[in-house]
Amino acid sequence: MTGKQKKMLARILASAVLLIAAAFVPAKGWARLILFLVPYGVIGWDVLWRAVRNISHGQVFDENFLMSIATVGAFFTGEYPEAVAVMLFYQVGELFQSYAVGRSRQSISALMDIRPDYANLEKDGELIQVDPEEVQIGQEIVVKAGEKIPLDGVVVEGSSLIDTSSLTGESLPREVHAGSDIISGCVNQSGLLKVRVTKEFGESTVAKILDLVENSSSKKAKAENFITKFARYYTPFVVLGAALLAVIPPLFLNGAWSEWIHRALIFLVISCPCALVISVPLSFFGGIGGASKQGILVKGSNYLEALAKTQIVVFDKTGTLTKGSFQVTAVHPDKVSKRQLLEFAALAECYSDHPISRSLKEAYDCEPDRSRVRDVKEISGHGVQAVVDGKQISAGNNKLMQQIGAEWRECHHAGTIVHVAVDGEYAGHIVISDQVKEDSEEAIAALKRQGISKTVMLTGDAKSVGEKVAAQLGLDEVHAELLPGDKVEQVEALLRQKTGAGQLAFVGDGINDAPVLSRADIGIAMGGLGSDAAIEAADIVLMDDKPSKIALAIKISQKTLRIVRQNIIFALSVKALVLFLGAVGAANMWEAVFADVGVSVIAILNATRALKTEKE
Amino acid sequence: MKKHYKMVDLDCANCAAKMEDAIKKIDGVKDATVSFMTQKLILDADDARYDEILKQVLKVCKKVEPDCTIQL
Repeated sequence: MTGKQKKMLARILASAVLLIAAAFVPAKGWARLILFLVPYGVIGWDVLWRAVRNISHGQVFDENFLMSIATVGAFFTGEYPEAVAVMLFYQVGELFQSYAVGRSRQSISALMDIRPDYANLEKDGELIQVDPEEVQIGQEIVVKAGEKIPLDGVVVEGSSLIDTSSLTGESLPREVHAGSDIISGCVNQSGLLKVRVTKEFGESTVAKILDLVENSSSKKAKAENFITKFARYYTPFVVLGAALLAVIPPLFLNGAWSEWIHRALIFLVISCPCALVISVPLSFFGGIGGASKQGILVKGSNYLEALAKTQIVVFDKTGTLTKGSFQVTAVHPDKVSKRQLLEFAALAECYSDHPISRSLKEAYDCEPDRSRVRDVKEISGHGVQAVVDGKQISAGNNKLMQQIGAEWRECHHAGTIVHVAVDGEYAGHIVISDQVKEDSEEAIAALKRQGISKTVMLTGDAKSVGEKVAAQLGLDEVHAELLPGDKVEQVEALLRQKTGAGQLAFVGDGINDAPVLSRADIGIAMGGLGSDAAIEAADIVLMDDKPSKIALAIKISQKTLRIVRQNIIFALSVKALVLFLGAVGAANMWEAVFADVGVSVIAILNATRALKTEKE
Repeated sequence: MKKHYKMVDLDCANCAAKMEDAIKKIDGVKDATVSFMTQKLILDADDARYDEILKQVLKVCKKVEPDCTIQL
C-alpha cells in the first residue's frame, strides 16, 4: 500500500468508528445531524471539495459531484446514516480499486524490469558504467554475474549460464560461450562475459520489447471502445432520469417531494460507470500481462480479442514447426556398422564447412582425426572424395554414385541423402533433415482440442518433405514448393474460407514471412529466431519460439474475453435492476451502494483473474 | 511526432477516458491515448505546432482532473 492509500484507510476506519458511535447516541434534531456530519466530514471532505472545484472547471457529470449530490441530498431527506454510509462505501470502493490496480500494475512492471540501467565499458583497464544508449556497435562490454545484459551482441570471452525467463518464460537457463549470440534483457547468472555489441540500444531486443509493451495500450479492443462510449452516454442519461424522477411525479402526479427525491438520489448513486470503465481495460491489461509472463507478447488488446476467435491457424514450416537446423536423422548402412558409416562420411567431409558436413561431424560426435585423411577432392554438385585409412571414400548424392559406378539404393526417408561408397562399393547412406520441434505435434493437437477448425502448413520446401512433416504432426492441409508471393496468395484463399467472426492466424519467422504476417488477421512471429522485420510486422510475438505457446495464447485470450463479458453483463444487469427497483420505490440506499461499489469491487476481483495463467 | 508522457496521480479510469476524448478533439492531434493502466499519455501530433498543442493538452487535462500532472 502506498502512503496515500494508508491515509485513506485510516480515514475510512475513523469514519466507520464515528458512524457506529453516532448510531448509538440517542440524540435528536440538530444534535443528531451534527453527530453524523462529523464522520461524513472525515470521509467525504475531499470529494465535496473536488466536486465544487470541478464544477468551476465545467465538469458536471463528475463522480465527485454525483456522490456529493447523492449524499447531501440524503442529509436533506433525513437519512443521516445512509448519507455517511454511501460516502464511506464509495471511498472503500475507490481505495480497493486503487489497491487492486496498483497490484496488477506491479506484476506487469516486473516485466518492464528488463530495462538495463547501465553497461560496463572497459577504458584504460578500468571498468566504467555508462548509459546503454551511449554504447556503439563493435564496442566490447563486460557483463558480470548477476547483471542484466544491456545490449544485443556476441560473446567474445568467457562462458556462463543465462537466465532468459524474463523474456521467454523459460525457466531453464541457457548456456553461452565464446561465439554465442546473446540478447539484451536476459540475466547473466554465473561467469564473467565479454560481449561485442552488435546492435545499438534503440535497435536491441530489450528496447523493442519495452516499446511493444508500452504501446500495447494504444490499440484498444472493441469491448473497450464500447465501454468508453457507453460510459459517455450512461451517466448523463441516468442523471437526467434522476432529475425527471425528482421533479415530475411531485409536480404532476401529486407525489410527495421527499419520497421522489429519495428515489432520484438512488439513481445518482448508481450513475457512475466506474465498475465497467475500470474492469474492462483491467481485464485486457491482465490478459496481456499474464501472456507476457509466459513469453507471449501481445501488441494490443484488439489482437487478444481477435485471437479468442481464431478459426484457422496457418504455419510456416522451417523455423516455426521445425528447428531450422539440419541434423542426421537416419543412418542406413550396407555391410558396415552404423558407426563406421558415419565415421567414413565425417572423415571424408572433415575439411568442408557446408551445413551438411557440419551436421555429419556433429553426429559423429568426436573430433575427426585429420591425419587419417588425404587427397580430399570436392566435386561441386556431387559430393566429396577422399582417401581415408588407405581406402577410397566417396560421399555425396546419387549423381556421384552413378559417376563412380556404385550401386546405390533409394531411401524412403525425406530429406537430404548422403550416399557413401568404399573403394567404389556401396556402403549405405545417411539421411540429413530439418528436425521437427519437440512440441510441434502437441501444439497442433492442443489447437485441435480448442476447436480450431483448420490447421495449414505452407512451405517453400520440397513436396515430399512438406507432406511428411504435415502427416507426422497431423496438420489438415499442406501447400509445398511455394515462393514468398505464393504464400500471400494461399493465405488470401484461406481468408475467404473462414466463416462468421472467425479469424485467421499466421505463424512464421523468416524475413519473407513479413508480408504474410501483415496480411493475416493475426500475425504471430517467433521472436528468438525470427527476423526483426517479422517481429515488427507481427501482432503477437512468441519469445521462446515454441509453437505450443499458440494454444496457450488462445486459451489466455478466451479466458480474458470471458471475464470481460462476465463483467459487462453482470455490472449492467445489476445496475439496470437496481435502477428499476429504485424507480418503483422498491430499492433503498444500501442496495444502490451495492450496485455501485459492490459491483465495482466484484468486477475488479474478477478482472484480476485475467492476470493468472495456469500452464497446461 | 509521437511522444510518451508519464502521468502522476491519475486516479480514476473514467477521467482517463474523458481526458483522452478531450485531447483527441484538439486541433492538430492525430491520435492520443491516455492509459489508466500504464499511467501514460501517448500523444501523436503535428510536428510544426507540437509545443502549442502540448500546452493545450496540459490545459485540457487540468480541467478534467486537476490532481493529475503530466511529467514533461
